[in-house]
Amino acid sequence: MNRFALPMAVFVALVVVLAIGIEHSPQKGIIASPLIGKPAPPFSLPSLADPVRAVASADLKGRWYLLNVWGTWCFECRAEHQMLLEARDAHALPLIGLDWKDDDAQAREWLTQLGNPYEAVALDHSGSTAVDFGVYGAPETFLINAQGIIVYKYVGPLTRDVWTNEILPRLPPHAAARS
Amino acid sequence: MRRRGTVLRMLVVATTIAGALLTLRAWAVDPTELPDPRLQARYLALTHELRCMQCQNETLADSPVELAADLRHHVRDLLLQGKSDDEVRAWMVARYGDFILFRPRFSPRTAWLWLAPGVALLIGAGVCWRIVRGRAALVDADREPVAGDDTEAQDTRG
Repeated sequence: MNRFALPMAVFVALVVVLAIGIEHSPQKGIIASPLIGKPAPPFSLPSLADPVRAVASADLKGRWYLLNVWGTWCFECRAEHQMLLEARDAHALPLIGLDWKDDDAQAREWLTQLGNPYEAVALDHSGSTAVDFGVYGAPETFLINAQGIIVYKYVGPLTRDVWTNEILPRLPPHAAARS
Repeated sequence: MRRRGTVLRMLVVATTIAGALLTLRAWAVDPTELPDPRLQARYLALTHELRCMQCQNETLADSPVELAADLRHHVRDLLLQGKSDDEVRAWMVARYGDFILFRPRFSPRTAWLWLAPGVALLIGAGVCWRIVRGRAALVDADREPVAGDDTEAQDTRG
């Protein structure tokens, strides 16, 4: 009995450590972004509504906003669209779209058919801005504060649960109160 | 007649294989060629140790998805700008985190990852040493002449 006591104790300790690791790994399967708490990468991209105008991070300073990365080629983006429209109607903060490597005409058609939740849509034809934001799959949503700091990031289609439990509580009181 | 047919068939097979091998390069996921062979070597090394964030178990070099192509393009541009390998890695980590490195850097967060095998080896060596010493002590004890039985102890030594 005594011979097996030590190996058994080591084994049990290992199982406990691994179980804690699996249980408490933040957002299983989701890669934590190193950009949380850091300034959002600056961007200035043509606007979908008027390609002569630019949608620029500098112009958005001073306001909280949601940056939603999407594309008409992205299947899951269709799934979150209804939630984006609800978020727009809550008037808590503006939604800025980052149309990632997409066809402009198809993007316009998408917004005409499904409704346009965005205050402005930035066209990232090259995909460089998405890479600067560490995007690895659409849809992704970034919450950016008035100082231009990324406060929170969500990977995957936005859900009501994420909207009410993760995004709204992070907003300053006056903005959240309007929802 | 028959023999000539066989030779002809073998020739056809050989040219087909040779042709396939020659076009293999064109089928490769990444056809990028940098002007300087030394840069090309560094480009290949880097794209083989960076992770494709979308497929996650493939390197940038092996992945056919568009995001991997974009990231390879960035690696190429950074190298052409004269950035060092470490600067390219840092550029990627700033955007995607340590996870993008297939060979994680040594940091407080990854220290256990690098040190654990060494620690495990030391523990294993310690256990081995104790077992071997225990057995050696047993053998020594066997060799100790038993009081009043001199002859037998000498026999075993002989």
